[in-house]
Amino acid sequence: MIAPARTEFSVAVLAGGLSHERDVSLRSGRRIASTLRAAGATVDEWDTDAALLGRLTTSRPDAVVVALHGGEGENGAVQSVLELLGVPYVGTRAPDCRRAHDKPTAKAELARAGLDTPEWVALPQSTFRELGAAGVLDALVARLGLPLMLKPDQGGSALGAQVVRDPAELPAAMVGALAYGDTVLVERFVAGVEVAASVVDTGDGPVALPAVEVEPAHGVYDYTARYTAGLTRFHCPARLPDDVARRVAEAAVAAHRVLGLRDLSRTDAVVDAEGQVQVLEVNVSPGLTENSLLPRAVSAAGRDLGEVFTSLVERAVSRGPVA
Amino acid sequence: MTAMPPAHRTTGSSGPAAAAGAAAARAATSDLGDAGDPHLERYAARTAGMTASEIRALFAVASRPEVVSLAGGMPNLAALPLESLSVEVAGLVAAEGQSALQYGSAQGVPVLREQIGEVMAFEAGSLAATGGFAADDVVVTVGSQSALDMLTRLFVDPGDVVLAESPSYVGALGSFAAYQADVRHVAMDDDGLVPAALDEALQQLAREGRRAKFLYTVPNFHNPVGVSLAADRRPAIVELCRRHGVLIVEDNPYGLLGFDGQTYPSLRSMDPENVVYLGSFSKIFASGLRVGWALAPHGIRDKLVLAAESATLCPPAFTQLVVSRYLATHDWRSLVKSFREMYRERCEAMLTALETHLPDGCRWTRPQGGFFVWATVPEGVDTRAMLPRAVTARVAYASGTGFHADGSGTRHMRLSFCYPPPERITEGVRRLAGVLDGELDLLRTFGVAGPRTATSGGPQAPSADTA
Repeated sequence: MIAPARTEFSVAVLAGGLSHERDVSLRSGRRIASTLRAAGATVDEWDTDAALLGRLTTSRPDAVVVALHGGEGENGAVQSVLELLGVPYVGTRAPDCRRAHDKPTAKAELARAGLDTPEWVALPQSTFRELGAAGVLDALVARLGLPLMLKPDQGGSALGAQVVRDPAELPAAMVGALAYGDTVLVERFVAGVEVAASVVDTGDGPVALPAVEVEPAHGVYDYTARYTAGLTRFHCPARLPDDVARRVAEAAVAAHRVLGLRDLSRTDAVVDAEGQVQVLEVNVSPGLTENSLLPRAVSAAGRDLGEVFTSLVERAVSRGPVA
Repeated sequence: MTAMPPAHRTTGSSGPAAAAGAAAARAATSDLGDAGDPHLERYAARTAGMTASEIRALFAVASRPEVVSLAGGMPNLAALPLESLSVEVAGLVAAEGQSALQYGSAQGVPVLREQIGEVMAFEAGSLAATGGFAADDVVVTVGSQSALDMLTRLFVDPGDVVLAESPSYVGALGSFAAYQADVRHVAMDDDGLVPAALDEALQQLAREGRRAKFLYTVPNFHNPVGVSLAADRRPAIVELCRRHGVLIVEDNPYGLLGFDGQTYPSLRSMDPENVVYLGSFSKIFASGLRVGWALAPHGIRDKLVLAAESATLCPPAFTQLVVSRYLATHDWRSLVKSFREMYRERCEAMLTALETHLPDGCRWTRPQGGFFVWATVPEGVDTRAMLPRAVTARVAYASGTGFHADGSGTRHMRLSFCYPPPERITEGVRRLAGVLDGELDLLRTFGVAGPRTATSGGPQAPSADTA
């Protein structure tokens, strides 16, 4: 699609919210708002608070860009409200958000569709309490081995995510992960090349952008590594053989389709020692900050973030209020 | 090329800070990938600790009205007489605009330096009781934070030892870290810094053949602990430092905020030649004006003036003259008294709520002034790891780790009562109790009982504008 240089649309960027990722969301929102303004759009930046409904109904923006991360911005709640109000928005429909945002549900769907994803178990806190944590943890280690990857079943930015190499660390790590939510996702840890493949659909079907390889300076791509310039090196395109890079792209597009995602998504994966692409998780609202992966992929593809989002806004407007 | 584990991994590093340093030392050439910041290789080594923080990010929700924030340290300005102040500010611009809007002296506006004597005399009882006051020995600074930064710059080379209470004010620890100080914490109890612990720390340093450059202390209504250094301990602290040749930096932003109007003799009054005294208008007038001061021995004063010239040329003349006019035209002593009453009411609300709601095994300080209660939670709880649970429950606190340079403090939290009104404090503590109950249940489930170790890097305490 030819890049439309300018747009006259009015856009509301939703950012902030009350999730653990509020800080990242505010930064994503600022970045995408200034990008859209530079492309000619009239942009408001709104938090999801008690003033939001009034703003949406009185200002009637042509479209909404959801730059919320975690919680209601990614689990479909905000999207449901936008559908109720008949406001066009960029991104995945509410029910599909709900499915993709819940990591164990998404993994099950991806596995069912034939995509590789590290073996996992998702358990609520109550199971450990009722059955006895020691026995359940032993069974987890016996089945999945060490190291283990622990993460909250929802949410992003690696908040609450931990790699556990020593079984003695497991109970405290569980407590840490369960501070973010009631259910913990326990995965077999897969070593290899960490990649993030963004997918955008600006009218010709979902297309994978060049995968970004993530190389954290101290081995773990945690919150500090993500948002401190210099603690992670990004290789874009990823340093992968062509056939592996192609399989990463195929996996990302397949995940986007399998989960019914719309407009844009980011699939995080690891290429293991055998060259297999293991999908870790899929993001319906990828980060858009200066340090985020989707904007890097857009640049690596020789495209402009403003052009891409202008196209996405146009698509949302042309879809109209009915999702 | 085959799929491979990423190359160029840092080895031998011992944490995020070390990794940041190692990363900073590497060249950002294209074959190493993009580090996300083209200036990376230029940063000084002292930026190594300046990293993003999972904990800091969680404080972003504190600005939302749904969240009861017991995390911040913002003074409550509701009692300020804004109408009459606006008249004074307008009058300042009209009558003195040519000087108020011009560069000023690096040492500060002379009239304000004289008036600072009145403020110090109000706290000490008389000018003589301050340890002797000469406006010429005052350096006005951009908040006392700027004085702290300059003092650290004057005294601390990388690796030099600074002594500080355990725990200590997070802003001071930030300055010490920025100048790569080796911070040694000294124990305190309900009567403040423990002289025997200070003695031991000084002797330990002597055994190592080292000497601390200075002792940093907040003797009155301490941040974050809320307690004050007992009057009968003060001579011993002063004497120990004199004997070991260690300067004292006495930071006193809360000294006038004793709930019953009680004040303490300053350390400076006991040894004016070995104490740099820091004062502030942030808690007794307006934190946004950024006006504080240092009262220092002559030699240090001269160095501070030169340091101020290189840091800011001069503190803003405008804000200094606003403070000066306020002091000259308003009954500021009465306003201090109304601040005390307001903070007393809020502190009582917090102590009552803690008594009512907190689970067994918790204990906390009972401040007689200032802004903060320091709470200790049962063994096994890591207040930093618990913070996301609190955010989910719409309450925020500052975990104890932010107030230590050595990663300790996981069993503690600072609860501020300065900003939220009493009914919100009560609600916040009620929520906090629920959070603790949930965490204790989880700990029992997983059998976690021992002390927890640090897991995340970066600043652990909220920024100054956190509610």
